[in-house]
Amino acid sequence: MLAFAGIVLASCSDDDNDPEEVNEEETITTMTVTLTPDDGGTAITLKSEDSDGDGPIEPEITVSGNLVANATYSGSVTFSNVTEDPVEDITEEVEGENTEHQLVYVYTGAIIDVYNLDTDDDGNDLGLSFDLDTGDAGYGTLQVVLRHEPTKPNDGTLSGAGGSTDFTATFSVTVE
Amino acid sequence: MRTWFIMLAITLVQFTVEAQKCNGVISGTVSDYHDKTVLVGASITIAGNRDVVYYTDEKGFFKIPDLCDGTYELEIYHPECQTAFMTVELETSLELDISLEHHIEELEEVKVVGNKATKTNSALEETLDVKTIEHFGSASLGDALKEINGISSLNTGANIVKPTIHGLSGSRVLVLNNGVRMQDMEWGAEHAPNVDVNAAGSISVIKGASALQYGGDAIGGVIVIEQNRFEKKDSLFGKTILTGILNGRGGKVNTDLVKTYKNGWFVKGQASYKKLGDLEAPDYILSNTGVNEIGASLHLGKENFTTGWRGSYSYFNTEIGILSASHIGSVDDLIRAINDDQPTVIEPFSYNISSPRQEVTHHLGKFKYYKRFEGLGKLNVQYDFQSNRRYEYDIRTGDDKYKPSIDLKLTTHTLSTDFKLDSNSGYKLTFGLMGRYQDNFANPDTGVRRLIPDYEKTDAGAFAVMQFDFGNGWNFDTGIRYDYSKIDAKKYYKTSRWEERGYDEDFNDIIIRETGSSQYLTNPVFDYHNVSGTLGLKYRPDNQNTISFNYALANRAPNASELFSDGLHHSAARIELGDLRINSETSHKVSLSISNQGEKWGYTLEPYANFINDFIYLEPTDVEYTVRGAFPVWEYHQTNARILGLDLSLYSNWTSHWKTDHKFSLTKGKDTSDDEPLINIPAANIRNKVSYNTPWKNFEVGLESKYVFKQNETPADIYVYSPEQGEDVLLEINSAPAAYHILSLNSSMDFNFDKSTLTVSLIGTNILDVSYRDYLNRLRYFADDLGRNIILQFKLNY
Repeated sequence: MLAFAGIVLASCSDDDNDPEEVNEEETITTMTVTLTPDDGGTAITLKSEDSDGDGPIEPEITVSGNLVANATYSGSVTFSNVTEDPVEDITEEVEGENTEHQLVYVYTGAIIDVYNLDTDDDGNDLGLSFDLDTGDAGYGTLQVVLRHEPTKPNDGTLSGAGGSTDFTATFSVTVE
Repeated sequence: MRTWFIMLAITLVQFTVEAQKCNGVISGTVSDYHDKTVLVGASITIAGNRDVVYYTDEKGFFKIPDLCDGTYELEIYHPECQTAFMTVELETSLELDISLEHHIEELEEVKVVGNKATKTNSALEETLDVKTIEHFGSASLGDALKEINGISSLNTGANIVKPTIHGLSGSRVLVLNNGVRMQDMEWGAEHAPNVDVNAAGSISVIKGASALQYGGDAIGGVIVIEQNRFEKKDSLFGKTILTGILNGRGGKVNTDLVKTYKNGWFVKGQASYKKLGDLEAPDYILSNTGVNEIGASLHLGKENFTTGWRGSYSYFNTEIGILSASHIGSVDDLIRAINDDQPTVIEPFSYNISSPRQEVTHHLGKFKYYKRFEGLGKLNVQYDFQSNRRYEYDIRTGDDKYKPSIDLKLTTHTLSTDFKLDSNSGYKLTFGLMGRYQDNFANPDTGVRRLIPDYEKTDAGAFAVMQFDFGNGWNFDTGIRYDYSKIDAKKYYKTSRWEERGYDEDFNDIIIRETGSSQYLTNPVFDYHNVSGTLGLKYRPDNQNTISFNYALANRAPNASELFSDGLHHSAARIELGDLRINSETSHKVSLSISNQGEKWGYTLEPYANFINDFIYLEPTDVEYTVRGAFPVWEYHQTNARILGLDLSLYSNWTSHWKTDHKFSLTKGKDTSDDEPLINIPAANIRNKVSYNTPWKNFEVGLESKYVFKQNETPADIYVYSPEQGEDVLLEINSAPAAYHILSLNSSMDFNFDKSTLTVSLIGTNILDVSYRDYLNRLRYFADDLGRNIILQFKLNY
């Protein structure tokens, strides 16, 4: 009886192959927002980077400098995956599937408007580039959210857009 | 006792009506084959004249008078025995000494009347009969079991129902399906047992770890689902049940057919199909909550008294939609869902099942052989094979839209044998051995990091259980079991997670290599040695009163989920983390049962206490931030826990037609290390039922009220930072919903035809269409529970 059990057990447990590694595709680790002042001056970059994806390390947020009061900036956004070597540009994928994506902007304080978003193939908002107005000196926040498969067209709010969040980051900025 | 009175009454009536002219007499005694105890209430029928039935009296004696000389074939039946047939020659008078095999518990026969045969001597246990199983045939195993006091369920919506015994579920509850311990990934909170209720002949629940023959780790208890045993005669019979279900706008059809032969051969086939569309709460449609279910089974064998075998195969496939609104993206969605009264997604009714959904297939094959050795006992040998394949589909986008997020295949082989020494009437001894090999394969094609890794598991167990009969109604039982378990996994850890868990200090020796993308491939191998034991005493001074006491020591090794869970569980929008340091948990449970089953009224009072050291549990601890937002983190921890409870049931037969039943169940769970309530402990509930029945067409109607209290003892809620609100907010993830009261109605009626019986049942649940949410439903954050449901069932026995 036990001998039989032994044969059954032994015959099944000789599998020493290592399982295949899973690298989650379409992982976005990094979002970079570049704000270029319309009347010249230094461009400001806002960056959120999470080097371990869903892992325990929190995304690192950096803002390269302060914004100028009562100015208009041209903004553009890029996405990449820095865990790949060479670094993978995800912006192209977003552009390629532009009708299935949208960037939603939520702003407070000294950032007084985000408008003039670029459009997708159907003429609806996409948001990879935009214009941004600052108000009087002070503090403000800019939240940038990349939504996948949103309801289009929509009112430009998070709840109006729906869909699933591919990337979200909130930047605190100083306007002087 | 009541049964005997009824039987005597019937017998008397038959004496007067069926009196015949001749003077021949067949008389005799019916007794147990093994210990020669007399059998009371055995029925004796003369073949060809089934209308006349004689019963043995208190001394096991029967007498069939007024017979003419000739040859008679007798059928001797006792509810706890195998039916015997004998051909006799009568010349004036004949005295017989008839022995029946009186070992129902191992013969897997269903109890209908008389004293119940039990799986254990002294543990708390209860059995559902065929009628109740059919009543719940269109629902799930978990729903049917809730009829038993002390059983609740951990739900994910209405279709995923995990049985919870005295507050414990998952790996702490063994499901024994047709003698096979189910290996169907019971570790997950949203994994329900893959069992077709309609395939069951009887379902028993042992509330605790006292049935050591089935396993030593049943800290919650054991659910034993059994097949009917067939009479040895040439017969063909079956039944078909058609059920229409209003809520979900679907139904279920189940049919089975049995062919038996006098020489012991039998074959049984069964199949069922169920389909439901979106379910409905009182105020809205619960979008994407449909279900498709297919079950089939085949049993073939030859079973005689001294030897026999049986081969079985069963198939179960289910596809279950999970409430659309429960798909959330991040902690802000969860905060919004908890604060909103209505689900965020409500769509028109549909039969479509879209993501999130799960699809599970379970195959079970079994071969069992037994041989009885005269004057010694009985040997059983069994091999079983199980394959469980689980796909979970989340809402995914792009190329991955139709790919599952979880794709697991669990394959299990088990070989077991036991020997029962039962020739001595004073004691019975059963001992046995078990060996098991299991392989889990997590398919990497999902493109999602594995939540549960690839692993191989080997188990070996040995047990001995003994029962002593001291006479005068005193019975003593004891048992001991040893289990060895080894789990050998291959798992990838993100290096950041490895360090966050502190594994770099304790487990660096199990790293095989580091990959190019910052992951470690590791090879965790763990051994567990566990000892379990029971001790029990039962006193049964008469047929009406029983007092029993039971102590069970149980040890359970951690499962793969508790050890290895790692990552974002997309469908639940939470990060689940196991811990490699988790060791076995140990339970000490004591229970007492005092019962008086009188003719007019009766009660059962069952208090219990379960002390669990190193209790493994999953609780929300924190929030982790990713680029997609913030997700609650649920971690497996160990603590010391105490569960105290009381189950009380009462009945009263007011007249021969009117009956009331009353049940109360209370469970209190405490984390004694942190002096905090335990999570997911069922709330106290009271059930009252009034029923009326009459022999006229077997008509019966019952009205049941169920009141579920609010669970006031829950762990504290947690504060989390809401990126959207820009501040810490209270996440009411542990708070329990309000108390609720629901009414159900059931009625049934029999119509007899030539060779068949049609039973029509009408069942209404939540008939007042009350909106409520239940603490033990994981979707309580998102939507109300089921509204009114009307079920119409036609059962044809032929």
